[in-house]
Amino acid sequence: MGSRASTLLREEEIEEIKKETGFSHSQITRLYSRFTSLDKGENGTLSREDFQRIPELAINPLGDRIINAFFPEGEDQVNFRGFMRTLAHFRPIEDNEKNKNAAASEPLNSRTNKLLFAFRLYDLDRDDKISRDELLQVLRMMVGVNISDEQLGSIADRTIQEADTNGDNSISFNEFIKVLEKVDVEQKMSIRFLH
Amino acid sequence: VLFLTDPDIFSMTWLHFLSVSITVWLTLLFVFTIVPAVLGVSIGIRRLYLTTLLKIFEWATLRMEMEAKEKNQQLYKPYSSGIIVKEPPLSLQQGIQELRGSASCLHSEPEFEMADIFYFCRRGVESIVDDEVTKRFSAQELETWNLLTRSHYNFRHISLRLTVLWGLGVLIRYGILLPLRVTLAATGISLILVLTTLVGFLPSRELRFFLTEKVHVMCYRICVRSLTAMITYHNRENKPKNGGICVANHTTPIDVIILANDGCYSLIGQAHRGLLGMVQRAMVKSSPHIWFDRSEVKDRHLVAKRLSDHVADKTKQPILIFPEGTCINNTSVMMFKKGSFEIGCTVYPVAIKYDPLFGDAFWNSSKFGMVNYLLRMMSSWAIVCSVWYLPPMNREEGEDAVQFANRVKAAIAAQGGLVDLIWDGGLKRAKVKDAFKEEQQKLYSKVLVDTSR
Repeated sequence: MGSRASTLLREEEIEEIKKETGFSHSQITRLYSRFTSLDKGENGTLSREDFQRIPELAINPLGDRIINAFFPEGEDQVNFRGFMRTLAHFRPIEDNEKNKNAAASEPLNSRTNKLLFAFRLYDLDRDDKISRDELLQVLRMMVGVNISDEQLGSIADRTIQEADTNGDNSISFNEFIKVLEKVDVEQKMSIRFLH
Repeated sequence: VLFLTDPDIFSMTWLHFLSVSITVWLTLLFVFTIVPAVLGVSIGIRRLYLTTLLKIFEWATLRMEMEAKEKNQQLYKPYSSGIIVKEPPLSLQQGIQELRGSASCLHSEPEFEMADIFYFCRRGVESIVDDEVTKRFSAQELETWNLLTRSHYNFRHISLRLTVLWGLGVLIRYGILLPLRVTLAATGISLILVLTTLVGFLPSRELRFFLTEKVHVMCYRICVRSLTAMITYHNRENKPKNGGICVANHTTPIDVIILANDGCYSLIGQAHRGLLGMVQRAMVKSSPHIWFDRSEVKDRHLVAKRLSDHVADKTKQPILIFPEGTCINNTSVMMFKKGSFEIGCTVYPVAIKYDPLFGDAFWNSSKFGMVNYLLRMMSSWAIVCSVWYLPPMNREEGEDAVQFANRVKAAIAAQGGLVDLIWDGGLKRAKVKDAFKEEQQKLYSKVLVDTSR
């Protein structure tokens, strides 16, 4: 580290991020330190290359999609607020009880929002539907060259068949939620941040 | 008063004063550092210095916390214990099975589950928040503040006392310690140049060897004092012997001085130009070092041949090699390049661990050049480190160079209390190979295909 991280982050900003995301003061300063260490260009924003420099992320088959999730529609840079907003999806739900600011709107790390995050990894064109093509794309990313087109196609067809209830040959968000209703999303899509 | 206004007499007095103080300075230098260095004796000043500093640091940290509490400000807490709780790493297979176990099995053979992406998603975001590799290429954070702004994360004006203390520290470090150390270093380097050249002229081979050792050790001792380095050597009975290779983890170019302080090694590296080149050529006159031209460096067979030739000659000193190939921040040991482990001679592993509290020795070569780095080193409080000589290792039956390298690496990591990583130190500058991603994809495909059979 070595850069004077928290002096560049004003107290008011920290308070705003706290309200919006639910992270604690020390978590925010620590994550800011991480943000600045990734920001090689030292301009206060991260680009896609900054993320790809992390080897463990570069070898993740869904690495590119995950990186995409941090960037707002059509933009190439993400600032610290955006970074925290995306990370907030991964806060454990139990942590919310400690935060008395039970906001009127749904917290970013609710079960529904976690599922929405995962849904958006599939739904690249943001039309609120996972088409057969989109599903195939994600499958292809995860298996590489090791499975044939036909086999992958049949896997995709089977998956859509099981999930699709209104017969439009694609998976809507509600159908997605139904398929995953037995999965412990709260635990699987949460990261335990230290206090 | 009259004689002070006369310019000639005034300048004479001034010169007189200057020459007296320089003489006093040099005498003190000579008596307290150079003579003990030559004789190999330690007076114990450094230990006293360090214990005093430690007390001051602890006081400063406590003070800072107290003042921050009073003013109701929050201090930055360094994340030396990590930002997130990392689960013990499961294999991809296990991770996915665990994920699917929570979903009810409506089908007898699930092949693909939409929930599978959670596994990759979480792993991905975890690595964005805290990964094992990128943090090794920058200096580690400290728990206690050591009065250097370079290791302070929220240096605001919290208390007058602390700022004064810090200012005093700056004066001492840049006004007294830095000039002292630079003088010593200059002395050490000039001595090496002069003496090794002189020794090189001697006719008798035995005499040359004998004197070379003495000259080298003396010069390195002076260099060590020029950094105010406190080194503790452990298990010296395992010191590397002739005809072998000494292998150590790499944190800084100073590693060479630390090790050469306690023994004679042959160095291996690229032939430089300028001052460094001069030093290299001078060193070769009296003892066998291996310097390569730029063009020869790429030729792995040539390198291997010269290494084996040197090692085969039992009168030659052990070669010092840093298989990581680059400087790492001393919290972990990264992949060892297999070249030196293919030669088939005895390997003497050495673990070096620095205590960053008095001055972080790590050289962040992408951030600082060599001169900047040396200046930072000489204006820190001290360099404190421990060196462990591990028992010699040989390649076993049926073990290939890579496995041998990993075995040595594990031993060094265990002794030094460092994290043993398989990642390549070259990732500091280069991108990771696609082969690793392809491996992950292959593993996942197995999960899909095998369960559908």
